[in-house]
Amino acid sequence: MSDNSVAFVATSDKPQLPAPQGTTGAVGWVRQNLFSSSLNTVLTLLSIFVVFSVVPGIVDWAFVKSVWNANSLDECRQISDGACWAVVRERYNQFLFGFYPTELYWRPILAFVLLFVALVPALWDNMPGRGKALIFSMAYPFVAFYLIWGGFGGLEYVSSSQLGGLLLTMIIGVAGISFSLPIGIILALSRSSNLPIVKSLAVIFIEFIRGVPLITLLFVAHVLLNYFLPKGVNFDIVLRVVIMVTLFASAYMAEVIRGGLAALPKGQYEAADALGLGYWQSMRLIILPQALKISIPGIVNTFIGLFKDTTLVLIIGLMDPLGLVAPTLGDQRWNGIVVELYAFIAFMFFIFCFAMSRYSMYLERKLHTGHR
Amino acid sequence: MSDANLADVQADRSKMQISDTDVAIEISGMNKWYGDFHVLRDINLKVMRGERIVICGPSGSGKSTMIRCINRLEEHQKGRIVVDGIELTSDLKKIDEIRREVGMCFQHFNLFPHLTILENCTLAPIWVRKMPKKQAEEIAMHYLERVKIPEQANKYPGQLSGGQQQRVAIARSLCMNPKVMLFDEPTSALDPEMIKEVLDVMIGLAEEGMTMLCVTHEMGFARKVANRVIFMDQGQIVEQNEPEPFFTNPQHERTQLFLSQILNH
Ligand SMILES: Nc1ncnc2c1ncn2[C@@H]1O[C@H](COP(=O)(O)OP(=O)(O)OP(=O)(O)O)[C@@H](O)[C@H]1O
Ligand SMILES: [Mg+2]
Repeated sequence: MSDNSVAFVATSDKPQLPAPQGTTGAVGWVRQNLFSSSLNTVLTLLSIFVVFSVVPGIVDWAFVKSVWNANSLDECRQISDGACWAVVRERYNQFLFGFYPTELYWRPILAFVLLFVALVPALWDNMPGRGKALIFSMAYPFVAFYLIWGGFGGLEYVSSSQLGGLLLTMIIGVAGISFSLPIGIILALSRSSNLPIVKSLAVIFIEFIRGVPLITLLFVAHVLLNYFLPKGVNFDIVLRVVIMVTLFASAYMAEVIRGGLAALPKGQYEAADALGLGYWQSMRLIILPQALKISIPGIVNTFIGLFKDTTLVLIIGLMDPLGLVAPTLGDQRWNGIVVELYAFIAFMFFIFCFAMSRYSMYLERKLHTGHR
Repeated sequence: MSDANLADVQADRSKMQISDTDVAIEISGMNKWYGDFHVLRDINLKVMRGERIVICGPSGSGKSTMIRCINRLEEHQKGRIVVDGIELTSDLKKIDEIRREVGMCFQHFNLFPHLTILENCTLAPIWVRKMPKKQAEEIAMHYLERVKIPEQANKYPGQLSGGQQQRVAIARSLCMNPKVMLFDEPTSALDPEMIKEVLDVMIGLAEEGMTMLCVTHEMGFARKVANRVIFMDQGQIVEQNEPEPFFTNPQHERTQLFLSQILNH
């Protein structure tokens, strides 16, 4: 044990030395992350090769050789073999608004702008005057509904069959997202409650909706719903689709949130109880803020899924952006153009999905208050 | 064990007033089962206002279960529990009323990680007692000073040491101005050097006459402040006595065995 030749104890203060060369800074990062092992080196080189063989071609096609001014696909092809964005230039109105009357475009645009006004207080939690602003957020669905469909109070009626394009996607997506979260929360709380009837109703609902493809539900909305509803009640097809999409997403949402509820330590429930907080108080103040925070990635995942699933409405004949591809191709002048249209639609969807994803990352960072 | 830790805190027993007429908690013929397992068997216990009771016993003997029955974190199936004159039944109003008067500290603190220390302390007064925010904050700061961490008020629990978190948990309970405090092994998740800071706060509470039920194996603490030590085994109260006779002259052989194990380890 007491062998003096081995220095177990520092006999003098050791000086602080700089880190060895090549372990810090840019060189260090590259070494550690890209070339740390032979496998990693091979993968890095392979990735560089793939990027270099694909990206220039895409840039060339989409930007360098692309054509913006032409009246038909043939004209495009004569000018260059790049992307023929002329079709987008000519038809973007339709992809944004469907067959909404051109002179009334200001209404959906205003609704879209107001959407952000309504979103600010909902997303920014320490905004000055948030309380009052939230009242507007609550009223927004009605404002948007009035602006888009009109029909009274001086605004001309626009029927649902004229709605289309990104406008339709936004209507279904925004409504679905904003209603599926609260419904999902209620379902998750019901399913984790110990009231047997409430619990089994939630289980039946969730399992039924999750076990059925969304397309089936959309067909039900399209064809069958009239049978179930009382005679004379016949509500709008877009509204029916919104309901189905919302129910579908809320079943998934419920399971995501239930995961968050289950991940909370039992001690949190007990501490809230021991302080005398009632069920709803402890849910609102203690349990849900934490459970929702844990579930943010899953919630946003469901939101993004819902937003993209709105494209399925083309199956029941609604003119969402994908549904508008067919009429465009039906036009003699643009017959045969495919990639450009889908690329444009993909780009539109990407912007919204990416924004949601970024916001969720920001939210997660902001809500991180250290470990328990 | 922790006698040395506590040597500098001279708990003057004579300062602590116990009422001999006011009953704080009365448990009579209480039984509890987990399924078929009889965890608590015929528990009888009367706690006077101002009394400080330490509960000890081997693991699994039902100590936690018993004190958790007092604020209905666990439901008992037979017998009566009366807290501050209110009998515990399945009536939710009564349960809430009792929980308002009974503070509890847990082994793992159970602070709310998404709220600051100050918010942890003001939450229940604001939402349960309907106190104005300003007043709740003043009271919270008062108790945070009492537990000697006012400077941490705006941090989050995750940024505090275990001992600090447990002191916040005590302050959080005190903010509700409880008549009774329950402690379930408040120091057993702490590193040795933090145990003293928490025990000091608890000793201070005892000196001010708080009615306390404390599950702990800190025998030094028991000697200093307890009026009575209760020994539980297999769901029963096997022995209870004043600390001196309890430690020097245990009657029951299970108590003797337990004490020899815990004092000579
Ligand atoms: N929810 C539960 N369901 C079934 N059995 C339980 C449950 N909680 C506790 N028990 C059992 O009840 C008995 C008493 O548990 P309790 O937690 O009260 O013991 P304890 O005296 O506090 O022990 P420790 O010193 O380990 O904390 C144990 O045997 C335990 O296994
Ligand atoms: Mg225990």
